Amino acid sequence: MAWEPVIGLEIHAQLLTRSKMFCGCSAAYADAAPNSHVCPVCAGMPGVLPVANEEAVRCTIMTALALHCSIPEFSKFDRKNYFYPDLPKGYQISQFDLPLSRNGYLDIPCDGTARRIGITRVHLEEDTGKNTHPGTGYSLIDFNRCGVPLMEIVSEPDLRSAEDARRYFMQIRSILLYLGVNNGDMSKGCLRCDANVSVRPAGSTTFGVKTEVKNMNSFKAVKLAIDFEVARQIKILEAGGRIQQETRGWVEEERGTVSQRSKEDSNDYRYFPEPDLPPLVIDRSWVEDIRTGLPEMAGERATRLARLYGLPETDALQLTTSRAMADLFEHTALLVGSDGREVAKWLLGEFQRLLNDSGLEAEEHTVVRPEGLASIIKLVEAGRVSSTAAKTVFESYFRTGQDPESIVRDLGLQQVSDRSSLEPAARKAIAENPQAVNDYKRGKTQALGRVVGAVMKEMRGANPALVGDLLREIIGEQDS
Amino acid sequence: MTLHTLTIHEAGDLLRSRDISAVELTTAVLDRMSVVDDLVRAYITRLEDRAIAMAEEADRRLAAGDDGPLVGIPIALKDVLCLAGEPTTAASRILEHFVPPYSATVVKRLEAAGAVFVGKTNLDEFAMGSSTEHSAFFPTHNPWNLDMVPGGSSGGSAAAVAADMALASLGSDTGGSIRQPASLCGVVGFKPSYGRVSRYGLLAFASSLDQIGPFTKDVTDCAIMLQALAGHDPMDSTTARVPVPNYAEALQGDLRGVRLGVPKEYFVEGLQPGMEDMVRGAIAALRDLGAEIVDVSLPSTRYALATYYIIAPAEASANLARYDGIKYGYSAGVPSMWENYNLTRGAGFGDEVKRRIMIGTYALSEGYADQYYRQAQKARTIIKAEFDEVFRTCDALVSPVSPIVAFPLGQKLSDPYQMYLCDICTLPANIAGVAGVSVPCGMLEGLPVGLQVQAPAFSESVALRVAYAFEQSGHFVAPAKPELVASLAEG
Repeated sequence: MAWEPVIGLEIHAQLLTRSKMFCGCSAAYADAAPNSHVCPVCAGMPGVLPVANEEAVRCTIMTALALHCSIPEFSKFDRKNYFYPDLPKGYQISQFDLPLSRNGYLDIPCDGTARRIGITRVHLEEDTGKNTHPGTGYSLIDFNRCGVPLMEIVSEPDLRSAEDARRYFMQIRSILLYLGVNNGDMSKGCLRCDANVSVRPAGSTTFGVKTEVKNMNSFKAVKLAIDFEVARQIKILEAGGRIQQETRGWVEEERGTVSQRSKEDSNDYRYFPEPDLPPLVIDRSWVEDIRTGLPEMAGERATRLARLYGLPETDALQLTTSRAMADLFEHTALLVGSDGREVAKWLLGEFQRLLNDSGLEAEEHTVVRPEGLASIIKLVEAGRVSSTAAKTVFESYFRTGQDPESIVRDLGLQQVSDRSSLEPAARKAIAENPQAVNDYKRGKTQALGRVVGAVMKEMRGANPALVGDLLREIIGEQDS
Repeated sequence: MTLHTLTIHEAGDLLRSRDISAVELTTAVLDRMSVVDDLVRAYITRLEDRAIAMAEEADRRLAAGDDGPLVGIPIALKDVLCLAGEPTTAASRILEHFVPPYSATVVKRLEAAGAVFVGKTNLDEFAMGSSTEHSAFFPTHNPWNLDMVPGGSSGGSAAAVAADMALASLGSDTGGSIRQPASLCGVVGFKPSYGRVSRYGLLAFASSLDQIGPFTKDVTDCAIMLQALAGHDPMDSTTARVPVPNYAEALQGDLRGVRLGVPKEYFVEGLQPGMEDMVRGAIAALRDLGAEIVDVSLPSTRYALATYYIIAPAEASANLARYDGIKYGYSAGVPSMWENYNLTRGAGFGDEVKRRIMIGTYALSEGYADQYYRQAQKARTIIKAEFDEVFRTCDALVSPVSPIVAFPLGQKLSDPYQMYLCDICTLPANIAGVAGVSVPCGMLEGLPVGLQVQAPAFSESVALRVAYAFEQSGHFVAPAKPELVASLAEG
């Protein structure tokens, strides 16, 4: 029997606001000492009250608008009740039945066409603290993360394969980065994703029993985990078994999902309206202001870049997947002033290769600046470094951020492009390679290469194009 | 001169004229406390050293010409209000040694106004109760008769003022916890409209019902306290941005043209014999002062108790979840996480608190929330609408505060429902979010009786004006209080 996977994603994204969701603590807690970004409010001390962060509401509405959601005029926060040590109040302030937005969609590319994935809702809540278990018999809690604004994007069960899910997640990430609301960092958990997975006989319109897969920390993990889970479910069903509704965790080392919690053990969260926060009445003109201020998204930008810089569509699409990459492209192209294609070649070639090698995303890389890349491109154009040497310069620049001009000097990579210093070597090579010169004169133009080679051997770092020109000139003079 | 018996405005005059110093006044109050509180047991924590230091600071302000009405005034705080650096227990074992790192907004406001904090007062654990017998530490006694309860949950704050161990105090009122003990102790107790006073730093019982308010010896003092407490607080999103009027000015003016509604549902069976006559007598006095008295009906009052005992425990079940033995307060200290939760909360909370956590958890549970929590919310909407309706034609409502006077310690402890009935006349105001004050109006069987004046949300001025006019009418003049020191000597 053919089986059809049915997948929905719940994406959690920490918002890049200055302060936490309900207090004044800084939300930028990365690398901070444990429990150093904590106040009575986010630590859940007795008697404290939350005050909603307007900027977080704005970021959520902005994201929702980019995902074509509708924004109701009335929204509210609710308490989600459960006990866990990383949840200091014993409840999480979240949104239950009146989220900030609902009913949106996102088109993802699929086999040459676009597939529309429904967005159920985008809502706002607070992140929890973080438990660590450094030894046996005790655990440590860090409340720095506690109360950081967390946006949840819930999709409809419209995804039909792990690859669908991966692409959808990548596109959501790209949108978040374009909006500047999230840093896209999955390894540190700033962006995370859970998948609801079920399978059903192909053609069926009812849903199978689903499992929730957690703990996927990369796009690759999303693909692998969902593929694994789909195969696991199919295997059970084909053997005549039944799927248990449960939460399963992806274990990277085992390349598999393992059961974490069955439905019977699941919490009754006892949601009820958060009485400490008045309902949110969302001003229509505010929403329209946010809509007007939405930045250009990847798709539109790709079209514009392709037209403006004469880029092939595939290059433009690739460049705009990441806002950082696209920004780098545009700013560099502006500085170079001539050909955008040369800039694209560098970014999609060397830059991307070095990023891949170091396991970084364009957003995370902060060394390469438009000025530096433009200066390397100009060095090549001016014939001051060879295109091969330029790659060495770029790699060094990528790693150190050192000024490309000084890299060229330090590594002695400058091309000799000064006629007068090349001329003696050229005359010498002509004299020493009569056969090749004669071949060239008889029309075998490629024979000149041997003479060029001889000059290059003599004069390391010589500009080969210039050497060729010089040789042709001297041979022409001799003839006339 | 017996300085501890002074009102705020009397003491304020003497302080500003430099006839007495804040240190003298505070010392008198602390002396009174040291003599009387072994009997009354109003205080969980006495703040002698801090009080003297604050009084010295107040004297410096007075010397510099600060003429604020609260400079140098000794005030007690219900022990659910955070005062940075001092134990704040909620009368619970689970917070027995908890010291908050921050102060409540109302505490900061009083501090800024120059008040002197003399102690933290006893209450029913987490403000759940109507007799102060549910304190995990000890019960408080009614200064009018030490065998009787002071009411609750703010019984310590009411008794402290009634026994002259503070010139005023703060309480919190979730279903009557200021007005009922004020009535039972013969002092003035004011529950402001929901959103009038910041709750930041008040250990939450039921967030949508809780309000902080003052206990004072007279209505003039009540206006002074309310003036210091009221107003929007950026730390509490539920405080309203409604301008705060001058409450002292609001006391002026007579009652001619004021329409007072008498809700018939507040005079039902269960009222102690003599209670109805006493309250109606007080209402007649208001008519004599020029008020127009009209009979009104709030038919859904009978659903108020059930509504309250779903919403309040539901919110409490979440508000008290933070007391888990992990971050602060009592912890059983066993290695297993879930066992530690169970043992900590099992031993840390008293029976009444556990009862309400269980009721609230049940009312919010999947499959039951529709019948209980959401049904209660609908009832709340109706109760509120009925208040709106009567306030279209009435400026305020007058009624009993408590169906009964102070009752003997231990009498209702074994029957929660009888205890809950104590709040039958007060909890509708919390459900509707309106203002309410209890002002002494008589003595029944040797114990004080209060008259309740309820006013529309943010119309505190109206309640104050009616209460003040009644107080000034001379209809009721309180008898001399029992000489507690003598009874100590006898004991």
